[in-house]
Amino acid sequence: MESYHIQSYCHIRDQEISLNGTSIFKSGETNFADFIKSAYKILDTHYPKFFKMDSLSKLAFMATEVLLTSETEKNMALVVSNRAASLETDRKHYNSLVGDNPYASPALFVYTLPNICLGEISIRHGLLSENSFFIFEDFNAEVLQDYADNLLATGKTEKALCGWIDMDSGKYDAFLYVVAKSGMFDHSKKEINRLYKTE
Amino acid sequence: MTDLKQELKGKIIAQLNLEEVTVDEIADNDPLFGDGLGLDSIDALELIVMLDKDYGIKLADPKEGRKIFESVETMANYIATHRVS
Repeated sequence: MESYHIQSYCHIRDQEISLNGTSIFKSGETNFADFIKSAYKILDTHYPKFFKMDSLSKLAFMATEVLLTSETEKNMALVVSNRAASLETDRKHYNSLVGDNPYASPALFVYTLPNICLGEISIRHGLLSENSFFIFEDFNAEVLQDYADNLLATGKTEKALCGWIDMDSGKYDAFLYVVAKSGMFDHSKKEINRLYKTE
Repeated sequence: MTDLKQELKGKIIAQLNLEEVTVDEIADNDPLFGDGLGLDSIDALELIVMLDKDYGIKLADPKEGRKIFESVETMANYIATHRVS
């Protein structure tokens, strides 16, 4: 089987956004909503629909804004995972339905699935490719690698955007990377795990 | 009626998370959908919920919304004649 490589990667965690290991935005905002809004403005992003997204989609959106800035390949599969699914938004939706004045918000309800964030990414970047969202107890490099390698080896995609986008109770952790035929790092379980843990 | 229109503009911005729009930028007759504020189908559902929650108006037929939600002007007129709260 042909070997593949990690072309680039980014992290969003601990009030900081980094691309290929280099910090590009850091904020003192401890609240996620304030932090991500600040990043949106400082990184000169223009996409009004961003403000309608739930927290998970905002996290995924900003990570791909950083990672895909100069990417031209549109045949790019999405293979993303997390631990908490859409629990943050599920709780908000549930809480809106209990109490003295219960009202369901359609705009909130549409985000009560984790893979909706992949739809937001696809719309933003014009991707019509395959996408998958896995729920794991912990970051699982092996499954991500196997799945992406298979998509690439069978010609179903030219590149794959893979990683971890987790949001729960205000805590967030995003790690996305692009797998291609050439790149800086081997596409191996060891390298994926190493880059995931890199600050 | 002017107060109601101002109130509606504020509610539309808050309810629909239109962060980059101010009350002063919405004219009474600006289209809310399409080339105007660019609202979408989910926003339309939010407006239907807002009519019910804030003004006690239940739209039995969602198709009615097309006329009612043309602009802030048409919304205010409808609310003024149908409100129960």
